[in-house]
Amino acid sequence: MRLGPDHKLYIATGVVGALAAALLWAAVRLTQAAEGGDNAIAALVMVWLFVTAMAYASLRPMVDLFVRAPAALAEETRIVVRDSKRRLSPAGSVELQLLAETVNELAERRQSLEGDVAAEIARAQATLEADRNRLAVLMAELRQSVVVCNLDGRILLYNQRAREVLSAGAGSELVGLGRSLYAVFERTLIAHALDQVGRLLRKGEESPATEFVTTTPAGRLLRVHLAPVSGHVDHDTGEVAMTGFVLLLDDITTTFEKEAKRDTLIQSLTEGSRGPLGNIRAAAEMLNNYPDMENEQRARFLAVIRNEVEGLSGRVEQSAKAYAKELSARWKLEEMRGADLVAFALVRVAQRCQIPVKDEEIDDGVWMRVESFSFLQVLCYLTTRLRDEYGVSEVRLSLSSDGDHACLDLGWLGTAINSETVMNWEIEPMRSAGEETPLSVREVLDRCNGEMWFQRKRASHRAAFRFLLPLAQPPEQRAGKVGPQRGSRPEYYDFDLFRNSARSHALDDRLLSELDYTVFDTETTGLEPSNGDEIIQIGATRIVNRRLLTHEVFDQLIDPRRTLPEASVKIHGITPEMLVGQPGIGNVLPAFRAFCADTVLVAHNAAFDMRFLQLKEASTGVVFDAPVLDTLLLSAVLHPNQESHRLEAIAERLGVIITGRHTALGDAYVTGEVFLKMIPLLEEMGIRTLAEARAAAEKTYYARVKY
Amino acid sequence: MSKKILIADDEQNIVISVEFLMRREGYEVSVAGDGEAALERIRADKPDLVLLDVMMPKKNGFDVCQEVRADPAFAAMRILMLTARGRDTEVAKGLALGADGYMTKPFSTKELVDKVRELLA
Repeated sequence: MRLGPDHKLYIATGVVGALAAALLWAAVRLTQAAEGGDNAIAALVMVWLFVTAMAYASLRPMVDLFVRAPAALAEETRIVVRDSKRRLSPAGSVELQLLAETVNELAERRQSLEGDVAAEIARAQATLEADRNRLAVLMAELRQSVVVCNLDGRILLYNQRAREVLSAGAGSELVGLGRSLYAVFERTLIAHALDQVGRLLRKGEESPATEFVTTTPAGRLLRVHLAPVSGHVDHDTGEVAMTGFVLLLDDITTTFEKEAKRDTLIQSLTEGSRGPLGNIRAAAEMLNNYPDMENEQRARFLAVIRNEVEGLSGRVEQSAKAYAKELSARWKLEEMRGADLVAFALVRVAQRCQIPVKDEEIDDGVWMRVESFSFLQVLCYLTTRLRDEYGVSEVRLSLSSDGDHACLDLGWLGTAINSETVMNWEIEPMRSAGEETPLSVREVLDRCNGEMWFQRKRASHRAAFRFLLPLAQPPEQRAGKVGPQRGSRPEYYDFDLFRNSARSHALDDRLLSELDYTVFDTETTGLEPSNGDEIIQIGATRIVNRRLLTHEVFDQLIDPRRTLPEASVKIHGITPEMLVGQPGIGNVLPAFRAFCADTVLVAHNAAFDMRFLQLKEASTGVVFDAPVLDTLLLSAVLHPNQESHRLEAIAERLGVIITGRHTALGDAYVTGEVFLKMIPLLEEMGIRTLAEARAAAEKTYYARVKY
Repeated sequence: MSKKILIADDEQNIVISVEFLMRREGYEVSVAGDGEAALERIRADKPDLVLLDVMMPKKNGFDVCQEVRADPAFAAMRILMLTARGRDTEVAKGLALGADGYMTKPFSTKELVDKVRELLA
């Protein structure tokens, strides 16, 4: 039978009433006793004992009911809050049982909501995964190399072909997620292309992209197509912000070599034949037109003809041979509006040479064919020499056309230059403002099919270099053609990677979760670097965006140039035979340094490995000054009461499965997995940034261990 | 009095023909084998016309042309440039530097004679 609140009130009232009656009765008895004799004290004590016992007996169930049961319920509810699969078992008063049932009902609903959310996330992830797979297949199938970068030049995405093309012959891996594109391409080259694209974007061009030809460090010739990755549209200006760019690369080394060879052949057979043919023709015409000449004269003309014909035959022979020889490649000329080139030049030359540059008389209608990057270098170089050697304090650019050519003048007031100086400037390698190129002005102009000379107008004291460049047809206005709708681009590269952009802060204040890492391990001949022990293997992998990149690795055996102790062979399994013909440490460290560029180093017991690397600084000149994190120390930070901080023990604690241990690369993988598990645990302890992690590591006991 | 012509060319095989041709046409001919020699002869002989080859040792034809044009004393002297390279930018450069005419090898001797006559008229 359930008691309602009213009944409970009656019962409680009854109990209190009975107690009051007992007290009243006692009071009456005491009064009588006081009047009747001396037994009052004993009676008083008896009454007090009786009342206390009665109070305890009646209050105890009430405490159970009103204090203990709600406290227990609160505790159990707290558990349910953390884990919505748990349920309360109703107990205690009817009200508490009702409350427990209600809490259970809430937990029930939350559990089902959580299930929905989890299912939704799983669905979204599956879609994302499918998109990624589709993109991966697409990228892999592409014959072209594709690289996507953010505006800092960090690689966000690339395909295998791009990696092959860009790293070919470079000696070390240059391409990888989060790596800098500028390891491969000159920074100024990309900046120039981005400038151009930015200009096109602002103009509202429907396909704002640019093309240029450049060489890789390994000497491959690439045609590069650069297109912007557009972000949001600025509401005030209506402009589209660029968040990154896509490079499509074509290795045209072979094509260009073939073309260049053919060109050279044609050139040697046309231009090279003009002189000899002219001589033969003139001599033949003399023989024909003046039959009255003396025999001696006639013999001289015949000798000329014989001599030149022999020479021509030799030339044909030579051309045929030269066809098989390797020749330097040609550069792609862009067709561009002259006024655009001048606009670039105004900014670039002023920046580089630190003197005012003005434009005057610019013919807007002139289009020309030019290799703009090299040509701007020419302008900067010549202006620098004018400034340094002739004290010229301002230059002017003007642009016109003589009908067949574009005429670009780089002019200044005053000083004339003699032709010998001009010739030297033309043929020396260009150097200006820290930028150096093996090309000369002459070579750039030859590539562009252009000419230049110095000229002056006496009357106005104006002097100028005149550049003659081939004209190009202005592109036809494609009226009525509708470009692709903004935002209609497929979104399969939406990896949130573009958020990575602002890397300008010092690494110290960066969150552990957003840094890039090189996780590495070494195998050595022994444990004492200061006693002649050497590195025999370096293995490393990378962590980018909290992902261990198992395909971007550094794995290199090293000839220690000393004997390998038997005892160490048992540990690492590397035998002396395996080290025969491997490079020495002096050759490996520069490549490893390049592999680590711009990342934080992570190693287990890093002090040991770093000591080996630092002892090599003097002899190799390769300095490893990147920030270092040590998983051993971080483990001590996380679990100070655990006895072992060996890699195996940590891996087991953190649930990392160990494969292939005791090769440098195998250990680097394990260390990387372990480190990734540590990041969220450190976060829970309030250790979020690199600086915080290093500070915490230093505080631990193990930080005092020195090798 | 016959007009004076200077042939500045290092290629003996063309000099033979042009020299013969110009003498037959009744001009007084001198020859220089490189750019510096050409400038010397120009200053010494003050020819009415120079047949100036572009590719010459020591000083090329462009330099010779530019130096001659810088000296007002030779303002009346005619310069006909001869070249074995057919680039039109080179032709434009020669004319811009003050040459009066430009002929690309292999030229016809008749055209050469016509051009010389026209320039000296």
